[in-house]
Amino acid sequence: MRYAMAIDTLKCVGCGDCVVACQTENNVPHGYCRDWIVENVNGTYPSLDLEFRSERCNHCDNAPCVRCCPTGASHIEKGGIVVVTHDECIGCGACIQSCPYDARYQHPDGYVDKCTFCMHRVEKGQNPACVDVCPTECLHFGDLDDPNSKVSLALKNRTHKVLAPEAGTKPQLYFLT
Amino acid sequence: MKTRRDFIKISTAGAGATALGFSALGAKGFSFFESDKQGPVSDEDLTPYPTYCEVCFWKCAGWTYVDKKGEIRKIIGNNDDPHCNGRLCPRGTGGVGMYYDEDRLKTPLIRETKADGTQYYRKASWDEALDLVAEKMDKLRKEHGPECLALFSHGSGGKMLTHLVKAFGTPNITAPSFAQCRGPREVAFTATFGEDVMSPERTDIRDTKCLVLIGSHIGENMHNGQIQEMSHAIENKATIITVDPRFSTAASHSKYWLPIKPATDIALLLAWIHVIINEELYDKDYIEKYAFGFDELKEHVKNNTPEWAYGITTIEPHIIRATAREMAAAAPSTLVHPGRHVTWYGDDTQRSRAIAILNALLGSWGRRGGFYNPEKVHLPTFPHPPYPKPTRSWKDAYPDNKYNLVTEVLSTGICDATIPNADLNCHLRGWIVYGTNLMASLPDQRKTLEAINNLDFLVVIDTMPMDITGYADVVLPECTYLERYDFVRTSPHREPALALRMPAVQPKYDSKPNWWIAKNLASRLGLEAYFKWDKIEDVIDWQLKQVGSSLEEMQRIGVKKFKREYDDLFWLEGLPDFEFNTNTGKIELYSTELANEEFDPIPKYTHHPEPEQGYYRLNYGRAPMHTFSRTSNNHNLWDLMDENSVWINPKVADLWEIKNNQYIWLKNQDGVVSSFPVKARVTERIRWDSVYMVHGFGHTNKKLTRAYGKGGSDSELVTRVVMDPIMGGTGMRGNFVTFILENPAKENKEDKA
Repeated sequence: MRYAMAIDTLKCVGCGDCVVACQTENNVPHGYCRDWIVENVNGTYPSLDLEFRSERCNHCDNAPCVRCCPTGASHIEKGGIVVVTHDECIGCGACIQSCPYDARYQHPDGYVDKCTFCMHRVEKGQNPACVDVCPTECLHFGDLDDPNSKVSLALKNRTHKVLAPEAGTKPQLYFLT
Repeated sequence: MKTRRDFIKISTAGAGATALGFSALGAKGFSFFESDKQGPVSDEDLTPYPTYCEVCFWKCAGWTYVDKKGEIRKIIGNNDDPHCNGRLCPRGTGGVGMYYDEDRLKTPLIRETKADGTQYYRKASWDEALDLVAEKMDKLRKEHGPECLALFSHGSGGKMLTHLVKAFGTPNITAPSFAQCRGPREVAFTATFGEDVMSPERTDIRDTKCLVLIGSHIGENMHNGQIQEMSHAIENKATIITVDPRFSTAASHSKYWLPIKPATDIALLLAWIHVIINEELYDKDYIEKYAFGFDELKEHVKNNTPEWAYGITTIEPHIIRATAREMAAAAPSTLVHPGRHVTWYGDDTQRSRAIAILNALLGSWGRRGGFYNPEKVHLPTFPHPPYPKPTRSWKDAYPDNKYNLVTEVLSTGICDATIPNADLNCHLRGWIVYGTNLMASLPDQRKTLEAINNLDFLVVIDTMPMDITGYADVVLPECTYLERYDFVRTSPHREPALALRMPAVQPKYDSKPNWWIAKNLASRLGLEAYFKWDKIEDVIDWQLKQVGSSLEEMQRIGVKKFKREYDDLFWLEGLPDFEFNTNTGKIELYSTELANEEFDPIPKYTHHPEPEQGYYRLNYGRAPMHTFSRTSNNHNLWDLMDENSVWINPKVADLWEIKNNQYIWLKNQDGVVSSFPVKARVTERIRWDSVYMVHGFGHTNKKLTRAYGKGGSDSELVTRVVMDPIMGGTGMRGNFVTFILENPAKENKEDKA
């Protein structure tokens, strides 16, 4: 089993619904977020390109945040989900420094926090909250080992890219282009 | 100089101050988030209560999830709801922030004046506040007649107030959604097809093969159904053509983006009509069977060539032709979207007419991929005595029979009828303002203030201390939509459906639902006969039982779908005989109704004023995470966007030496300077002749602790209003601004010193 997410940049409008849904689902404190929107503009008026990306932890196969964690709080769960056990985290922040995606933040309660792919929902066969709320249905989640999962089908039928492939982290967030 | 009605920033003088606020909860914000270190709560441990959203007026149905401590945790869309299909937008998801907002209005407030003349709000009990409001209303009724009262109402709770003031005897019930928003399109489509576009729009974006957006920024305008259906259209590989001087989100998702020079849309529309007629691309059978005035139209546009339009719009002729051909190739599944906020330049009904005519030529009205026929469930009204017949109305402010084609009450007309004038037959003296922040929703604040200063009394009912609230004589705190019942939602859609709103929690503070406010005012005004029930639940249950449901059933399911009564979703498929509700019974390409009122029966292009050197046209719009000015203090949505910015093209920024993220001030053509600094966003996404701001920021009420002073208010810079002579719409895009780089307040202070 290998969970992954595919984000359709041709549909995303950058509304931020995924961010609020994550905040209310996971009790993310105000002023912090586990997912966020990037707006990328290229060109000169009127020859322009604009890409919105809903970004979050890439749940990398080769996760530097897990390798550098001194306590083992950062670890990989079933299905490749990268998780921080809050009680084991000493808040040293090494993982924050090591992440090429800037996906982690220091929670005001002293531990490091990040996207869990809503593991508490995924365990029950539900989608992450951001996937279920998205009004454009631009987020696809599922198991890459299942060829008929939404994410497998999306990757099969569409061109796609990952962020910072040069970092060698083998990220599992795919952007459909 | 102080006016009688000094703006009071909801501060209470004396010991009884309403100090419960941000500081009480600690610097980090909500106690609710801090107290729970457990993170997510399993859905099994939460109780869902049905609601429909009130953060915007799309009214998506959803479920409010409450935990065992009685705290609201999240709001999730209802899968059965055709408005949202189980997916709320960011505002709906962030609706929890409205409930938890520690700046909410917490208790009734009454304006008082101290011996030294300073004014302040005194905390009052509901009995005291309602007695005072009823006393003022009764005095007005006895001395001047009930027609001298006006109600501004925007939102579901307003229905009960509407019932109250109709029973009271006034016809002056208005909302900014007509004269400041949809009005021109409704009048134009009615003139053309005999029916209007309605809300939610009857646009079949889901099935369209070609979607044409003219200044309509779906994606930034987050009306849920529209954005969901646009996403379907993208999935179906529909062609999207976006006309916008700004590279909007929709433009970035389009095959064609036409970066039009602002204020020239009618020229483009006429050129499109010209191409479609001259290349014989129109739907001949449809036009022959249904249309009136085709020959007049053909003659009218004969010189409106793409080459002619190029000189006006800056859109190249081959692009105009290519896009016209795309539209025709996909017809009748081509939707030229009528837009929603369309009060731009004062000839907006004519522009909307051109859009309607283009849709008619493409045969999209009544056809799949164009416009559908929505249906609603008709809930009977709870029995009550007939309303008294008013003898006068706001329209008497215009003795020359202006605005015969106006289908709703003009909010700006209410202002006109409030400012004393010797010729007035009906001079308005009392306002009740519900759920609309008039300082931001009406243009020309000076006029609004002049009207307010001439009132005998102003009552504001809201959940938040908005800019308008500080001008009230009495402030009544409404509870949020998550804490109350309202009338069942019956809005029309492809499938008729009902949606229930019920409280998930008890009202916070000393706030009350509007039905309770209306009923308790009625009993003080001798209007009990109109409110012969104890609780609104009784009315809802009675209504639902008339259509085979019940309150108990709706509490379980939230949304109930009904079968369509008529199988006529696309009622003009197959070209059946059909009588349109116009003078000729046809689709009027040539409008006899407009001709009768001595307006142009076919739209013409008129040149609009352009900015002088150093000035830029002020365009404004929406952000997907905010609704007007009403959400800027919502903590969840404030986290997403805490201030707006003014978009400036890099070439212009270079000239002015303005850096990205630099705070600047704006001054308009009438010398009005923005109250607060606004951040410059230097971006290629905007033309060099205009600037752009998201509407609804720059709040002046300090009691909005997050939103106060954040960003710039486009509303205060809209002082030039071009009236639409056909329907009284307020064209607001004829304002030009220039930049001030140093704080202008410093200068003023020195002047005063």
